[in-house]
Amino acid sequence: MAERCAVIGIGQTRHAAKRLDVSLPGLVREAAQEALSDANMDWSDMDAVVLGKAPDMFEGVIMPELSLAGALGAVGKPMMRVHTAGSVGGSTAVVASNLIRSGVHRRVLTVAYEKQSESNAMWALSHKYPFAPPVMAGAGGYFAPVIREYIRRSGAPDHIGHLVAVKDRINGLANPKAHLQLADIDIEKVRNSPMLWEPIRYLESCPSSDGAAAMVLTDEHYADAGSAPPAWLHGAAMRSEPLLFADRDEVNPRAGWDAARAMYDEAGITNPIHDIDTAEIYVPFSWYEPMWLENLGFSDRDEGWCRVEDGTTQMGGALPINPSGGVMCSNPIGASGMLRFAEAAMQVRGQAGDHQVDGAKVALGHAYGGGSQFFSMWIVGAKRP
Amino acid sequence: MRDVAIIGYHRMLPSLQNTAEESQMVSIVVSGALNQAGLSRRDVDFFCSGSCDYNMGRPFSFVMALDGIGAWPPACESHVEMDAAWALYEAWVHLQMGHAEIAVVYGFGKSSLVDMEMVSTQQLDPYFLAPLGVTGTDLAGMQAAALLNTGRYSTRDFAEVVIRSRTAVGGSGTAKELLQAPQLHGPLRAHDLPVRADGAAAVVLAAGPRACVHGAAHIIGIDHRIEAHSVGARDLSQSASTALAGKQAGVVNVDVAELHASYSHQEFILKDALNLGGGVVLNPSGGSLVDDIPMVSGLIRLGEAAVAIREGGANRAVAHASSGPCLQQNLVCLLEGGRG
Amino acid sequence: MSQLFTAPFELAYPYKRSLGPTLSVFFNGLRDGRLFGARTEEGRVLVPPTEYDPMTGRSTKDLVEVGPSGTVTNWCWVAQPRSDHPITDRPFAWATIQLEGADTGLLHVVATDDASQMKLGMRVWPVWAEERVGTMRDIQWFQTKPPPDCSNQHTVAAPLTQIISPSRLCYQVTASELLREFLVALMDKKIVGSRCPVTGKVYVPPRGASPVTGQPMESDLVEVAQTGTVTTFCVVNIPFEGQRLKPPYVCAHVLLDGADVPLLHLVGGCDAAEVTMGMRVSAVWVDDAQMAPTLESIAYFQPTGETDVSMLDDAKPA
Repeated sequence: MAERCAVIGIGQTRHAAKRLDVSLPGLVREAAQEALSDANMDWSDMDAVVLGKAPDMFEGVIMPELSLAGALGAVGKPMMRVHTAGSVGGSTAVVASNLIRSGVHRRVLTVAYEKQSESNAMWALSHKYPFAPPVMAGAGGYFAPVIREYIRRSGAPDHIGHLVAVKDRINGLANPKAHLQLADIDIEKVRNSPMLWEPIRYLESCPSSDGAAAMVLTDEHYADAGSAPPAWLHGAAMRSEPLLFADRDEVNPRAGWDAARAMYDEAGITNPIHDIDTAEIYVPFSWYEPMWLENLGFSDRDEGWCRVEDGTTQMGGALPINPSGGVMCSNPIGASGMLRFAEAAMQVRGQAGDHQVDGAKVALGHAYGGGSQFFSMWIVGAKRP
Repeated sequence: MRDVAIIGYHRMLPSLQNTAEESQMVSIVVSGALNQAGLSRRDVDFFCSGSCDYNMGRPFSFVMALDGIGAWPPACESHVEMDAAWALYEAWVHLQMGHAEIAVVYGFGKSSLVDMEMVSTQQLDPYFLAPLGVTGTDLAGMQAAALLNTGRYSTRDFAEVVIRSRTAVGGSGTAKELLQAPQLHGPLRAHDLPVRADGAAAVVLAAGPRACVHGAAHIIGIDHRIEAHSVGARDLSQSASTALAGKQAGVVNVDVAELHASYSHQEFILKDALNLGGGVVLNPSGGSLVDDIPMVSGLIRLGEAAVAIREGGANRAVAHASSGPCLQQNLVCLLEGGRG
Repeated sequence: MSQLFTAPFELAYPYKRSLGPTLSVFFNGLRDGRLFGARTEEGRVLVPPTEYDPMTGRSTKDLVEVGPSGTVTNWCWVAQPRSDHPITDRPFAWATIQLEGADTGLLHVVATDDASQMKLGMRVWPVWAEERVGTMRDIQWFQTKPPPDCSNQHTVAAPLTQIISPSRLCYQVTASELLREFLVALMDKKIVGSRCPVTGKVYVPPRGASPVTGQPMESDLVEVAQTGTVTTFCVVNIPFEGQRLKPPYVCAHVLLDGADVPLLHLVGGCDAAEVTMGMRVSAVWVDDAQMAPTLESIAYFQPTGETDVSMLDDAKPA
């Protein structure tokens, strides 16, 4: 029988294209210190540190847990570094929560970050490795054909992607930490923005950001120690599937569906759209919102786009998606998954300020990575499970 | 804590250069470890791996390897960008939660792709150390010098570790012969450095009743700790984190120790940290001096310690894994047999 | 032949590292020929300075000037310097040097004629580079006597807020036997894949293990057709480094006849706007002179003119 796990401290940096005002230790400490403060705890109170980030090529520091151990108060403690591609921020939180649920540790600091401005994200992801298939297009070039297939099979109209792009950026305006603050965004602007990898337009794509996220997770004993009520972990899951195999459905990957089902079972969720108040899901290109709505069981197959069009996923709708502005507003790749998990926890703790979903008691945090192969997700709630 | 044991282990034969695809290497070792455990991929509840993008030269290198585990239907799977010994730790934690019973841990790495010394430089503090071009071996030389300064050991002692390790894998020679060679990195000679290799390994863990099989090596203690990164801020002649991890893991009364000492002098630092007396058999596998595979050598120490119990007649073995310059981070695992 | 299948690969980038408040004092100090440490809450002075005390995680307080001289607390002699070392033309010592006023050791190099001149506890002075830019190499090395001119260069340049740290790793990549067979076939204008013995599915390019079973594929490779169907695609509109075609161009999933997974490749020989899902295409090879062990020996896939295949619900051709 696993221990209960509570989120009692949450922190994140002010995300930006370039955080030129901080060093690498400074970036992670900004998030970690905010989480510790929020938890009313100090570095010395943490039993272990779990660090997560995406490929080291972004910053050119191999195995950064080694040079960041001191910066995160980890000296003399167990420290790990998780790397599961784009889902890493989420997986890192899951691994950290496992340390609590297994009873191995009682208070764990978990941090995820990326300081992409130290190099160039496109460069880091597109090397011409000898004898490997040539890179044909940037990251969006991988996902665009998958989106095209979604549009074909669902019959979704073209403007759905535009609606999500606008919604997320307007949500971001209420989030002072969000990187993109596009006060004058509207449908027209999105529709007229340059086409990058058809059908993905510039304003339908996420930015490249520097940023970090951090959380303090504890067992039941410390759950009330923080400055706000805890977010209790109700369920979590991770699933992976191979990148390319015969008959693979890349649009609605089974790994995502299986992870969601396992997580819902654990959390006692039987009717996702009814039982969950808000969700922070990993949407790097706007069309992924309707796609993930289906993958997560919030809508029937081929109808995810209807929930976008009918306002369900807007603030004030039945299931606000990405009230923080999501990955569409801030994308420090290694941290993005943890930001989703953290924002979900902020919602049920009533800490989300101007982007708070009123009365949110149960929230979903979701992350994915690779060629839609790696999924990690959690459900947090105000109620002790 | 729930009873968790190593019930299967397989490693590729050491090789200076292995040009196989990552997925082929993983497929081989995972199949081999599962066969030894009498299980198939369908029985596995959780997979966890360790590897390093920079070692392989491309981001997401572990994704290429995923084909080797047959993640279909989708698998509960995770990855650390560390030696796979830490993937084993993550798998052990996963099993402690109570709902899973079988985990497979694997790791792969290739020293042949790149100058590992250059990789070791880029692992260091990016402001103060990497720009100086100092390497892991340079720092090992500093550590060996610090150890010699304590007066407890000599370079002859180091050479004897090398001879013993080589003998364990069919080699020969004498310490006297080795000591003719010039000192290159502080007091260290070429023979004190690891033979870098390519390879992969996998371990099967079982929890609860499924751990009680013949030949199982039960994990009765496991812990890991990290120290400050700066070599100017710690006593290099000791391994405080190994001592602490060993204490937390409850290391006492061991017959065999598999220590991840990539440089000969490190064996003494680790032996002292773990209070290993004269009767303990050290690195019967030859240790990582004779073949050091990035991201795998630590996991191999765990697997070989299990072998010492399964086949070598040992009752209790300690396995150690290390990461970072001068033993900055250390994992210690205490294994015991005789419960099957 | 084996020469053809080993190639160098370089991962190099001039990383731009912003410094933040503590490190900028240190690196501006180096450029000025001065050394600084950070004071912890307990009053210990850390050199080099960090914005935190590694033993506690708490922030350090202020920065204090240290040195210029210090004592050697540990050292090791480098008999054969590497080309990336601070001294490359003669043996030298790495050393940790506790600067005057500091409580920790700074790692740097000490230049002496011989290892016999290195002593624990000996006093050393930094020899500054003539031109300094704000890097650890602004100190060329430490030596056992004070340099003749100890006056510091005071820079009038704007304060540094970031440092450039070039990184370069050189790899030597050898294609696996499996990949070699695939690439040799391509040079022969054949496209081959591997078959999973359990599911019978054919993968192009061939795979090391079957992704759904984790087991080895059949050892004999299988030839597939050079014609196939576009299952999905995107039109690439933006430039990026290494592109061969000028945007807009089509990047497609091409399911070759006989294969069971699509190949990612280019569609050419028509307007981007003409490409459809279900379109039939065939491989167009580059000129003989340009054939090489790479998928780029296929220049692109072009429409055959046959009727489009209709797509089933799950992105497979009917």
